[in-house]
Amino acid sequence: MTPPKKTTIPHQDGPWQYGEETKAVHAGAQPDPVTGARNTPIYQTTSYVFDDVDHAADLFNLQSFGFIYSRLTNPTVAVLEERMASLENGRASVCAASGHAAQFLTFFSLLDPGDHFIASRNLYGGSITQFGISFKRLGWNCTFVDPSDPENFRTAVTAKTKAIFIEVLANPGGIILDLEAISQVAQDVHVPLIVDNTLATPYLLKPMEWGADLVVHSTTKFLSGHGTSMGGVVIESGKFDWAADDRFPTMTQPDPAYHGLTFYETFGDFGFTMKARAVGLRDFGPSMSPANAFYTLTAIESLPARMDRHVKNALTVAEFLQSHRKVKRVSYAGLSSSPYNDLAKKYLPKGAGAVFSCELKGGFDAGVKLVESVNLFSHLANVGDTRSLILHPASTTHRQLSDDQRDAAGAGASVIRLSIGQETAEDLIHDLDEGLSKV
Amino acid sequence: MTAPLIYDDGTIRKILQSVKTVAMVGASPKQVRPSSFVMKYLQGKGYRVIPVNPGHAGKEILGETVYGGLQDIPHPFDMVDVFRSSDAAGGVVDEVLALPPERRGRVIWMQLTVRNDAAAEKAEEAGLQVIMDRCPKIEYGRLFGELGWSGVNTGIITSKRRKLNP
Ligand SMILES: Cc1ncc(COP(=O)(O)O)c(C=O)c1O
Repeated sequence: MTPPKKTTIPHQDGPWQYGEETKAVHAGAQPDPVTGARNTPIYQTTSYVFDDVDHAADLFNLQSFGFIYSRLTNPTVAVLEERMASLENGRASVCAASGHAAQFLTFFSLLDPGDHFIASRNLYGGSITQFGISFKRLGWNCTFVDPSDPENFRTAVTAKTKAIFIEVLANPGGIILDLEAISQVAQDVHVPLIVDNTLATPYLLKPMEWGADLVVHSTTKFLSGHGTSMGGVVIESGKFDWAADDRFPTMTQPDPAYHGLTFYETFGDFGFTMKARAVGLRDFGPSMSPANAFYTLTAIESLPARMDRHVKNALTVAEFLQSHRKVKRVSYAGLSSSPYNDLAKKYLPKGAGAVFSCELKGGFDAGVKLVESVNLFSHLANVGDTRSLILHPASTTHRQLSDDQRDAAGAGASVIRLSIGQETAEDLIHDLDEGLSKV
Repeated sequence: MTAPLIYDDGTIRKILQSVKTVAMVGASPKQVRPSSFVMKYLQGKGYRVIPVNPGHAGKEILGETVYGGLQDIPHPFDMVDVFRSSDAAGGVVDEVLALPPERRGRVIWMQLTVRNDAAAEKAEEAGLQVIMDRCPKIEYGRLFGELGWSGVNTGIITSKRRKLNP
């Protein structure tokens, strides 16, 4: 038998694979075909002209690719979508107005009322409220589990379970999950594994390389990076087989919301993204603005350089705090004393992120005193800014949670959360040292 | 058998630029079927698409007469697009090879998820070019800049201006 000829032989080496930093600058963006403008323009427009009625019909029916209305697609936002899909090694992505909107789109595309998903209990506080309370009103039921034992996810599976949701690098506890093991559980029970990769960014961790099927981000954080722009994104790997059984009718059955179109069959490995966009964005409307997409794109170009500096500064500050007499404990997985240090080395070899918490000696009041005494750190409820940020979760972001939920999330009474920025490391240490002297 | 197929962009681009008439085996008259999406899209890009479907022979799909088999198409085509299962793709290849060489076209293209390595080998031995497990609509969109509009990772990195018309 003669071997198959060239066209069917998988190339051993394949096309040239561009590196991380190159993709951060170039993926998704090409010079404008008409003007040659090198940077991606802000297409500040709501709508786009049709060539004729037939062209309009093709676009509405999703038979052609193209722009109709910026609630669905926008050329600036599309560049960001392709760049994020590229950086996460995914197939496609859809942007949203915020990280929470991206999470909503994700679950809306997966769940029917009465369905169930399992989430790590170590999540951003807002996600715990979104999943535990607001989603419940839509009939989407979430069980939170202790993620430190991956088997807890398996135990929580029911006949209605349609997804597992985790943050690998979790805010604010300095916790790192065993992604590979959890991914194996998701594969065994055949549900998509969704990873909120906000705090790691694709520069530090690519969850899809470990088997994640969907990745969500709040681009508000390190991706937009300068505290300028709200945004979110959902990226699909294209590898999940929605048709392996009958549990994912939103993907495999004709969709009455789209004149009987079957998204998986029609769009294959980017069917989930098409569904989240053509139904989710269309009917609920949380789209990203073109200006926010532009700021986020510009910021991503420097993501690799910024993240290197963020993690370097974070480690320096964490080491300082660890040796301070008023500090009880520093929860930063990058410290060799952290119980998560081995997992950090495995999953986040370039650094364990720049958001961590520390527990002060003294209670609630000690935490309040420190956030009010610092001069350079900004007291606010965000992370992932060029500026260093400080927060006392118990009095702010985690205020609405019970004591148990707070402790479980690593946000006890005297816990302080820090997001380390780009400033001179010595200045950050000086600022915290001064602040601590007043505690 | 299950090793992923990798075609270089240049090969696919050349096919899409040179082919003009496509015989689509398994074309469906139902507007929500993927074949209808592909046919409509390719027509919009200037290709002539001839539907082949024995169950609908003599009727029309998107303005074109449906033929019962490839042998019934009265004019030349450049490519056969296979909207059938991987198993059935073998029969389609046999049907192509049963035609006189000048009427076989140059390319056999099997749709996404359709792959039949034995049939491909046979076709290639007869001098035909074979693409499997790809969609010409998606590849056209990807290579000529439209797919990225839907947030799909085209894998293209270049500082060259995007061409308005391929
Ligand atoms: C890890 C994580 N996920 C999701 C979100 C929600 O994102 P957004 O505020 O953009 O809605 C945040 C915001 O703080 C976050 O830190």
